[in-house]
Formats: sequence, C-alpha cells, structure tokens
Amino acid sequence: MEKAIISGNEAFARGAWEAGVNIGAAYPGTPSTEILENLVKYPDVYCQWSPNEKVAVEFAAGASLAGARSIACMKHVGLNVAADPLMTLAYIGVKGGMALIVADDPGMHSSQNEQDSRHYARFAKVPLLEPSDSQEAKEFVGLAFKISEEFRTPVIVRSTTRISHSKSIVTLGERTPHKADGYEKNPQLFVTVPVNARRMRIALEERLKKLGEFVCHLEQNVIIEGSSDLGIITSGIAYQYAAETFPEASFLKLGMSFPFPDELILRFSKMVKRLLVVEELDNFLEEHVRALGICADGRKYIPGIGELNLDILKEARRRLEGHPETEKKPVKPLPKVPPRPPVFCPGCPHRGVFFEISKLNPIVIGDIGCYSLAVFPPLSAMDMILCMGAGISSAHGVQKAETGQKVVGVVGDSTFFHSGITGLLDIGYNKGKLVIFVLDNRSTAMTGHQDHPGTGRTLNGQPTHEATIEAFARACGIRRIITVDPYDLKNLRKVIKEEMDADEASVIIARAPCILIDSSRLKEPMQISADDCKSCGLCLKLSCPALEKKDGEGEKFKVETNPVLCRGCGLCVQICPFGAIKRRGE
Amino acid sequence: MQKTTNIVIAGVGGQGILLASRLICEAALAEGYDVKANEVHGMAQRGASVIGQIRFGEKVYSPLVKLHSADFLLAMEIIEAVRYSDYLAPSGLALINTQCIIPTTVSSGQADYPAEPELLVKETFERFQLADCLKLALEAGDARCVNTVMVGWLSRHLSFKEKTWHIVLEKSVKPKFLAMNQKAFSIGQALS
Repeated sequence: MEKAIISGNEAFARGAWEAGVNIGAAYPGTPSTEILENLVKYPDVYCQWSPNEKVAVEFAAGASLAGARSIACMKHVGLNVAADPLMTLAYIGVKGGMALIVADDPGMHSSQNEQDSRHYARFAKVPLLEPSDSQEAKEFVGLAFKISEEFRTPVIVRSTTRISHSKSIVTLGERTPHKADGYEKNPQLFVTVPVNARRMRIALEERLKKLGEFVCHLEQNVIIEGSSDLGIITSGIAYQYAAETFPEASFLKLGMSFPFPDELILRFSKMVKRLLVVEELDNFLEEHVRALGICADGRKYIPGIGELNLDILKEARRRLEGHPETEKKPVKPLPKVPPRPPVFCPGCPHRGVFFEISKLNPIVIGDIGCYSLAVFPPLSAMDMILCMGAGISSAHGVQKAETGQKVVGVVGDSTFFHSGITGLLDIGYNKGKLVIFVLDNRSTAMTGHQDHPGTGRTLNGQPTHEATIEAFARACGIRRIITVDPYDLKNLRKVIKEEMDADEASVIIARAPCILIDSSRLKEPMQISADDCKSCGLCLKLSCPALEKKDGEGEKFKVETNPVLCRGCGLCVQICPFGAIKRRGE
Repeated sequence: MQKTTNIVIAGVGGQGILLASRLICEAALAEGYDVKANEVHGMAQRGASVIGQIRFGEKVYSPLVKLHSADFLLAMEIIEAVRYSDYLAPSGLALINTQCIIPTTVSSGQADYPAEPELLVKETFERFQLADCLKLALEAGDARCVNTVMVGWLSRHLSFKEKTWHIVLEKSVKPKFLAMNQKAFSIGQALS
C-alpha cells in the first residue's frame, strides 16, 4: 500500500473520495479551506464553493436526499451560519451518507472566537467523530458515511487547526464508488410540518439511544491498557499530547465521542485508580463523565482557554503528581525583538482605502477578511468586527442610534456574497443613511484566493455567471453606487467625503484585484531621493512593509524603499508632499 | 526507543516555509521514519512571523515541538531566530540566514530593529551558524530559493541519504523551477 505524508485536510478529501463521495460543498474558512481544494482534484466528485455555509449544508442535504454521499466543510463559525439546517436535518435525517466536516481553531490562529463545536453534536443530537491524525481523518469520513446511512443521520466530523494543518503519514486506498439511487417519495419522513415533526422528534431520541449502544462497541473507541494508576479519557489532537506526556497511563481514546459511550466509560473507570479527562477547549467529556457519577479530574489541571501542547500537559502532569509550583529553572530572558504582526501586503488595494477613511475618523465597522488588519497602527481604522456580514448590518445599527457620529461599514467581496446582501437589503428597506464600502479584490483572499459568485469562475476553474455587487446594491434599493479605483487616492478622498455627507445610503465599491493574484499590476519599484526626503514620516502612515525607516544624520531619519518588496503601487508617491518618491527609471 | 528529531523553521510569511517543511517531511518519510509536521495557514501568513515544526523518529505523537527541545532551529530571517530561540534544546543548533526583513512596527516607529542583530544572535545562542542565504539564493537564480538553500544547509546535519534528497526535490518542486532549486540545495550543502 502506498504511503504519503499529508495534512489532515488533504486526508479528509482523500477519505471522502475513497469512500465514494459524490458531492462536496463548502465556503472557505481557515483551518478548513483545503479540504475542498483537495477534493476537487479527484475524478468523479462534484465540488462547489457555496456562497456561505448554510447554503453548503442545505445543498449537501439535498444531494443526500437524492441518495448521493455528500460532505459540507466549514470552519467552526461557519457551523453557526449553518446551524439552522443542521438542527432540523437531524430530524428528517439523510438518505445517502452525509458528513459535516467542521474545523475548530483553538488558540484563534485565524479566527474571531474559539468556540468548541462539539456542543453542536449534542445540541443537534447527531453523532460526533474526532480524528487525532491524518490517518484517522481519512478513515473517519468513510466511517461517518457508514454511520450516517445506517442510522439515517448527518454526522459531524470535528477537526481542529492542529489536525487540519498538521501532516502525518497515511496509507492510501482505492475508491469504492457509490451511486446515488434517487429520492423515493416519502413526505412523512422528510417534510417537517408539525404533525410529522412531532413524530420525528420522538424518532430522534430513539435513534440517539441506539447510537448510544453502537458507540460502546465501535473499534474506534478503544481502551489502550497501561498502568492502572492513571486512566486518561481523551479524543482528537488532545490524545497525541496526552499519549506523549503520560506514556505509562491507560487510555480510553474516543474516535466517536458523542453520543457518549457510557458503558465503555464506566468499564474503563473501574480499571483504573484515578481518572483524568484531557480535552481541548470546553470540558465537554469531563462534565458528562462526572454526571455519570464517576470521580474524574479535567479542568482542574487542563486549561480550557487556548490550545493544548506538550508544555501545558507537562505542567498539568507536575501538578497532578502533587508538585504545586511551576518548575522554576533559571532561564535567560529572551532578548526583545520587534513584533511582526500580519499586515497588508505591499501593493494591497485595501491600504489606500483605510488610509483615506482614517483621515476622516468615522466609526468603522469592519468584517471578516484581510481588511481586519486595518485595526493595527498606524492605520488604526477599525472599531468593531463581529462576524461575516456584520460590517453592513452593525454599521446600520450604529447609524440608527442617531448619535450624530459618522459611520462607515466595510466588507469584502466574498463576505458581501456570503452574508452582506441581506444587511444591505435592510439598509435599503429601512432607509439607512450611511456609507458601505465593498472592497472588491476579486477573490476570497485571506483564505488563499478562492473563487466566489463574483469572480466569474467556479471551483473547477470553469467560467460562469459573474454576479455584480452594483446590481445587488441597486436591487436592494441603494441609489448612490460609486465604483472607484482604490489606488487613486485623490478621487477616493473626494468620493468618501461626498458620500459621507450625502443624505441617503451609499455603496462605494473599491475594485482592484488582490496584488497576489494579478501580476499584471506589478510595476517597477519606487525609490526615494534622500535629498528630497524631509523626514516627515507621512508615507510611513501607510504601514507598507516596503517602506523602511532608516537612521539618518543626527535625530533625523530617512525612508527607503525595499526594492524586493515594493510592488510599485504608487500610493506613497501620491502622499509625499515633497515629491521625493519616484518610480525607478522615471 | 530511538530519539525523536525536532526541527523548528522560523521566518516571515511568504518566505517559503511550507516548501522547506515539505522537503524535510518527504525526506524523513522516504528514510522510513514516522513523521509529523505542523504548518501555519491563513491570517498568520500575511507578512507575519511564522513557524513550521517537524518531528521524525520511531514513533511520533504530537505534531508540535516542546519548548527547549528542538535539535535544529532553521531561521530564514535573523531576528526570527531570536524570537523562537526558546524552542531550541540546550544542545541544539541554530542555522540562521543573516537577512533582515524590517517589520512595519519598526518602520511606523512603534518598535526598534536591533542595531546589531548578529551580536544579539551571539548573546542568545550557544551553538549557531550564520550565512547570507539571500545572496546564495540569488546565486542560484532567485531570491525565493532561500528556503531550499537552507534545507540544503540543514541536510549536512541530518543523516539522510544524498539520493533521498534528490528524489524528494524532483517530487516536490515544479519542473520549471527544479534546476534552480537543485542548484540552491547544492549551494546550501556546501556551507560549512
């Protein structure tokens, strides 16, 4: 059998393909994005980017009704968007196997919160699988389809950043094809009018009970016998840290953690003198173990905030063994080095927009995407970020509070199509008076440049209808719609001022492709004449990595461009009051 | 049980840590080891400080390296070496590219870049080597080869077969860039 070292996300895709998946849908979101990007490379699978996660889950549910095996992939907050279909899909159930692959982001490497999505399995009363490496990521998709079809339920496969973005060795298999056998008319089973839903509600509990028996005999829920002094109940990536930190302990490793395998937990608890539950984020398992009347530790030693690692578990072990104080070794403090937060790339079309907005100092309600980086100084042009789409709807709320403060809402193109349209409809319908910026960089940039309904290309790279933001804005009832070049600061300044002073809602579309996807925009780098530079520092307010502050004579500094980084976008040329910055060769 | 080898790669988003990590992972797999690695995607990539972690040995559980346990720290930018120096084991070796990439926190006046970064390295590390890998990458043909130069440099300290690295380069690099990366790898290997 061929072996490969692949990421968890590549493994989810491989596993889905091997298990005969017919349909895959997703909206990109770190750390889940690469699942569908990899699945689309395999033959005989239809894959699509959906405008948002709710659509992806509803779409996959429809495919399942027709007998197809389907997956919908999303990051944890995407499951919030898709929670509506999930909760009722649990009632009506599925026909073809259906898995929701949901990737949590403990530690918030690339997210606005670190919710523990395992609660959704309990909330919706659906099975929950938790792979602990790439091999299991691959296998558990097939297992999810099997459980899904046997019990007629959607299944959640929960990943985390360190599963999705870690690589480990997998054994590759062949595809077992699955053919969608079509919908068989049965409205009593699938139509949730109250009279049917009440029956489904009872059936859901009966299904859960059967799953509760099934889960105790599943080979993926395994007791690994070690010393009887300490037993550890764990799942997902936490297993790996625990196995390395407590090599001598006995383990109950849960591949399927919900419904809780009560009988197995009780049996394991009797095998060991002391029980520890090791889990990342919430004490989902621990609380249940205690509810069974079993004495167990968890949160007392394992923190519930942020992700786990070997250092945290080493400390937990010390405390568990009765060493109350942290091991104090005389360590040399690390020398101080300047922070290096993420920034807008050199040449980014967003930079000039925030530079101009910040000069007028309105309240800026942002959204999820690269432009969230505008919060950092020196741009400091972001006052609130809530969730996808809130850049429009929350900005509208600020305006309606009528405090006299000016407000600007900012969303990206992909975010606009994801959940910005309904917010704009609200503004049109309820006569909002504010400026909405749509930063249209022709891409879902932050997650790695995925296509969306506005790019005119599908996930397969095929040309398709190109939805336009202008047309949506018009249809929502917005009359002032202006499209601007975000690299033309003078015009940008004029337009922002005019629209902020207008007595009705405006949509300003700042359109230019992300500099990372359109090399035709790369121009000769800029250079700064040391004689003409008056050290005013105005250009440095752009927060461009290609502009470097260098020591000059005495107290003065000089600014130089870094020719390797500079993309020649020309923003600095437009704001230098002394004409000191010129394009090379000009 | 045979000891696990821990490697941390530090640098700036966009410097090609993913390829460097992939080359090392594929080589370790080809040599018959259990391998785990971790990568950073998404927001953290936008010009930010990033690390990649690779572990190989007889059996590897965690994909993350414990503090003070890395056998090698491969730093693609000089102050990034210092930032992640606490990953290195007391006996560990830091291989450091002397290239300086100025963060915007410095250019906007919120922080200072060390005046003498090499001095800072000497104060921080017991075992380290410095090389101008950007210059060497440009010799190979492109600034973007810094990563492959550094993997070539690291390869001197790993006991993988020469042939393994050649196969891995062919497998992992697009044909168009293969010759350039092979050259970069050899240049890195020649570093003492």
